[in-house]
Amino acid sequence: MKKNSRRIALLVTLTLLLVAVFFLYDLTGNREYVLERRAYKVAALLLVAGSIGYSSLVFQTLTGNRILTPAIMGFEAVYLLFQTVIVFIYGDKTFRVLTESANFGWSVLMMLGFAVLIYLFVFRREKNNMYFLLLTGLILGTLFTTLSSFVQMLLDPNEFSLAEARIFASFNRMNTALLGYAAGAGALMLILAWHYHKYLDVLALGREQAINLGVNYKGVTLVFLFIISVLVSVSTALVGPITFFGILVTNLTYELFKTHRHSVLLPACALISSITLVAGQFLVEHLFNMTTTISILINFIGGVYFLYILLKAKKL
Amino acid sequence: MIEVKDISRSYGEKIILDEVSVSLPKGKVTSLIGSNGAGKSTLLSIISRLLKQNGGTVLLDSRDIDDYKTRILAQHLSILKQANPLDLKLTVRELVSFGRFPYSQGRLTPVDEEHVDRAIRYLNLQDIAGQYMDELSGGQKQRAFLAMVVAQDTDYILLDEPLNNLDMKHAVQIMKTLRKLCDEKGKTIVMVIHDINFASQYSDFIVALKDSRVAFFDTAERVIVPEVLQKVFDMEFKIVETEGKKICNYY
Repeated sequence: MKKNSRRIALLVTLTLLLVAVFFLYDLTGNREYVLERRAYKVAALLLVAGSIGYSSLVFQTLTGNRILTPAIMGFEAVYLLFQTVIVFIYGDKTFRVLTESANFGWSVLMMLGFAVLIYLFVFRREKNNMYFLLLTGLILGTLFTTLSSFVQMLLDPNEFSLAEARIFASFNRMNTALLGYAAGAGALMLILAWHYHKYLDVLALGREQAINLGVNYKGVTLVFLFIISVLVSVSTALVGPITFFGILVTNLTYELFKTHRHSVLLPACALISSITLVAGQFLVEHLFNMTTTISILINFIGGVYFLYILLKAKKL
Repeated sequence: MIEVKDISRSYGEKIILDEVSVSLPKGKVTSLIGSNGAGKSTLLSIISRLLKQNGGTVLLDSRDIDDYKTRILAQHLSILKQANPLDLKLTVRELVSFGRFPYSQGRLTPVDEEHVDRAIRYLNLQDIAGQYMDELSGGQKQRAFLAMVVAQDTDYILLDEPLNNLDMKHAVQIMKTLRKLCDEKGKTIVMVIHDINFASQYSDFIVALKDSRVAFFDTAERVIVPEVLQKVFDMEFKIVETEGKKICNYY
């Protein structure tokens, strides 16, 4: 118990320290302008880190599997397809036809609509089986990814570079209005989740134990799936897809905190996510001089770590 | 009393339970026996609301289980299934504490703590209460899960093959504990069990399922006779009596 709170305190300190470095490192030129831009960037990083960390951890608890992220449900595939198709339709006029805000709004709507459709499909048919849900998401996700690759081949190189800018995650095209919406959505979800957090520890014991202990399993699962969908959709629409990030941070959390309590795991995971993202973005900007993107960096590190988990684990 | 009325359940075309009705007496140990696929586990899952029936009702103390709030039902009836895979970092004491969730929703009161302590002592787990679940042997794990059910303190306790994968010594330990729960605390125990001799030694009543229906339901004494068992299992049985206890020889 004590050890855990000490570790949380350590993580908080580390996060604050990193944020400070991010703000103050190499502060040249118009200070006010640079600081303002960095403030938005840090806000976005923390928001996305919190959303992805939270939703990945809860998703792994619901599925009872530690190498899954909500990405398996196909959210990112829907986003990719949407971005590719609008560029295909409008070509280089895309961003005159569709403003940043409209694009953000439509992307979130598409992803949420997709999620609600497959929940309805799976839960209405009395299958109400988590793995059936995942499989449906996985198959549709693969279909959408393949479709977007196909459409990308039809684009001419100029248009393709427009689409490419959206396909890779980036914190550099930050739009303050969007950040406000995203923060609002995140706060709303946190309020909604508050009452349900006590069930998470029990859900981790599996469906049968949860029902035995008097949890309305189906209802609570649906609430959490909805919260996860909103958080993932919003952060994907905000910065683009970061697939491996969820696996990386949740497993680091389990490694550092030997507990089953979500009251410890959730804040810990949000902090570890924040540290990882802020540090990653810092490296991209100052060490790699923007020659790479944060999604490449994270997928590289995350991918290597993922292989390590797979090789290390005897049983998943 | 648990009253099962006209329960039917099928998977696709296959009928597992066909209008099964049976009344399980309160304060007794009742075993469900039958060959594989006879519908024992399915019946137990329906009684404990883990599985929905296609037709029929289950009454607990004369009230339909669907009319109970699930949290309230969890204070009257508990279920322990056979497979409990857990790779959580969870100590024995933490697991047992989950038994109090239906009462305190995760915030343990001093009364809850007392229940947890008593359950741990009841199953003789004091020495390993601080150990993580993944460091325990099969027998210790099963005892820890049973302690959780004891802490849940329900009148009705359902168990699906509680002796699965246990050696003889631990199997006897578990059965003795269940018998004690019934005799000392007046709990109603209903379990699915494969070993006919364990059923014979430790239960008051036996329900024998065959071909999706209840074939026999009577006191253990009257079910453990060659004619009945031969009909239920379609094989030869020989029953020997030693020290007033019946032992089935079917090997």
